[in-house]
Amino acid sequence: MRRLATVILGLLLTVGAHARVEVHTFDTPQHEARYNKLIAELRCLVCQNQNLADSNAELAVDLRRKTYEMVNQNMSEKEIADYMVDRYGEFVLYRPPLNRETLLLWTGPFVILLIGVSLLIRTIRRRRAQQGVNVDAAKLQAAASLLDSDPDKRDA
Amino acid sequence: MNRAIVPLALFLALAGLFWFVLGKMNEGEYNPRDVPTQFIGRSAPEFTLPDLFDPTQTVRPSDMAGKVWLLNVFGTWCPECWKEHEYLLHLARNEGVPIIGVNWRDEAEEAKAMITRLGNPFLKIAFDPNSNAAIDWGVYGAPETFLIDAQGMVREKHTGAVNPQAWDEKFKPYFDAPGGKS
Repeated sequence: MRRLATVILGLLLTVGAHARVEVHTFDTPQHEARYNKLIAELRCLVCQNQNLADSNAELAVDLRRKTYEMVNQNMSEKEIADYMVDRYGEFVLYRPPLNRETLLLWTGPFVILLIGVSLLIRTIRRRRAQQGVNVDAAKLQAAASLLDSDPDKRDA
Repeated sequence: MNRAIVPLALFLALAGLFWFVLGKMNEGEYNPRDVPTQFIGRSAPEFTLPDLFDPTQTVRPSDMAGKVWLLNVFGTWCPECWKEHEYLLHLARNEGVPIIGVNWRDEAEEAKAMITRLGNPFLKIAFDPNSNAAIDWGVYGAPETFLIDAQGMVREKHTGAVNPQAWDEKFKPYFDAPGGKS
């Protein structure tokens, strides 16, 4: 019980670890939603495995401010994303568009899944073929007689 | 014995790959964190920023129209910038390279102190404490150095300290050719 409580307490401590500290006021809830979506989907170029929302790097702070300014100028999500891509390349997007350069990135996991599944099926088939079915006739006879002596059948 | 051959071969192949790539990284030939610039062959983004030493004056890339020049983004907080400073001085004094500095995300006093102490390789220094120009130029670290040709097009970019190798390979050809390489 005590251990469970410790685990739950520990899990509670892990939520809400966002680095964002700035307080922004937005004209409309739509603007706020747009801002939050963008900083979740744009990459911090300094600490490259974090998005802008999670990063405390100074560049992330700057880019969040830039994003906020653009949202407040009522620029659309696409316009702001395009502005960033224009300057930092598609790498800045956590969800890169599907094109020739990113084809492998998008299809790779499915290709690997396909290879895995086909390997699995082959292995299963091979094992099954190896085991074979060697049941001798005497045992089959015994099983059949057992089935015939089914009590329900006898009553019927 | 046979069973071990496939995993062993895979292991050796991977080890060889790591050896190769890490070696390239050590020699500075390959940087997996490098973000390729989007600006090569595009016209230089314009900005208007106050001059570090004289805030009544402004610094703009268009002031340099007709020249081949370097734009160097630096900050006193960046160790590599201190390292490359001597070489920038050499380029400015001995090679006659026009360099415009962008002092990025800095305190004006600290930046001035750095330049006073180390010498000034820059024609002008734009003061950019709020990253306005830096973001517009797609800068994500310092130092970064851009080469802009006489037509105002960005032709090269170097991330990290400018050194003789970067100068020879990337920048020098543009200054050798009459009117700049195109």
